[in-house]
Amino acid sequence: MLHTLAILLLFQCLGEGVAFVFRLPVPGPVIGMLLLFATLLLKPRLHALVEPGATELLRHLSLLFVPAGAGVVAVGASIGGQWPALLGALAGGTLVTLALTAAVLRALARGKAPDA
Amino acid sequence: MPEFPQLGALWVYLAASPLLGLTLTLCAYLAAQWIHVRCRSSPLANPVAIAIAIVVAVLMLSGMSYQRYFEGAQFVHFLLGPATVALAIPLARQMPTLRRTFLPLTAALCAGSAGAIISSALLVLLLGGSATLAATAAPKSATTPIAMAVAERLGGVAALTAIMVIGTGIFGAVCARFLFERMGVHSHQVRGFALGVASHGIGTARAFQVSPEMGAFAGLGMGLNGVLTALLAPWLVPLVLRLFA
Repeated sequence: MLHTLAILLLFQCLGEGVAFVFRLPVPGPVIGMLLLFATLLLKPRLHALVEPGATELLRHLSLLFVPAGAGVVAVGASIGGQWPALLGALAGGTLVTLALTAAVLRALARGKAPDA
Repeated sequence: MPEFPQLGALWVYLAASPLLGLTLTLCAYLAAQWIHVRCRSSPLANPVAIAIAIVVAVLMLSGMSYQRYFEGAQFVHFLLGPATVALAIPLARQMPTLRRTFLPLTAALCAGSAGAIISSALLVLLLGGSATLAATAAPKSATTPIAMAVAERLGGVAALTAIMVIGTGIFGAVCARFLFERMGVHSHQVRGFALGVASHGIGTARAFQVSPEMGAFAGLGMGLNGVLTALLAPWLVPLVLRLFA
């Protein structure tokens, strides 16, 4: 677990560093994830070292959303009358995304995937 | 609490340290998981939503400010960074699948990711929301840590983005089946991938309940869309905003 955490934090630092130096609009942890992804493809042996701890961390991914989500008490008042816009975008945007992704994949994967 | 002056003093003492916020977060999450299992793991009894409701209720009843709570909860919040990096691990394991259906998956991913960002930002503006709100809603299909970081960069309200992301996850997980049946999409691979792209981790958890194959494709969609949203949103959102300015 400690090894995993050290490696994850190291890649996060690398990602933050790259984002800062090259002034990228992409969040540092995302760049860290891409760097770790590339490293795992080049050095598959690293998998055994990071996998157990990372699986444990990702299993409780839901817990990590709670502090930010509870922020609804702090921002609730400042949103005021704009809730309909947010809820409309939430429902509409999600349906558009689901339909678009499924339609494109079905059209292109026909014949390639066994049951598409 | 006039009858229990010492209890009141104890509360003030405990609330002053980060201990209480951290304890509250963990206990609320465990209680929410218990409720989720008791509701036979129904997608409607989402553990994240329940845990947030418990924390919010405790904050409101006790009069503890969110800032004070977050002083403790930030230790949990901080782990979102390493957790985002950790998403590389299941993604790397999906590499063979990724290679085999590279072109269709890439095309579907690009369509879904761009569609999510543009439709969300556009709908907010069309329904009378502000530019800040559009930036808040745009990355909502990406997994929470990525969406929050992207919203922050774009000038949105990260805390509200987290709520939008969680809402998107729950809405997608509940509605996807009815939409797919209407469209006549039956393939578990296609259904799973679309669920992961649109509804990230909560959609992926739902897909795993249906079949392992659907879950694997959802995990792939979630990971890839997280990356692509982080890459696309910083360019697409200003474009949509300029359209309305």
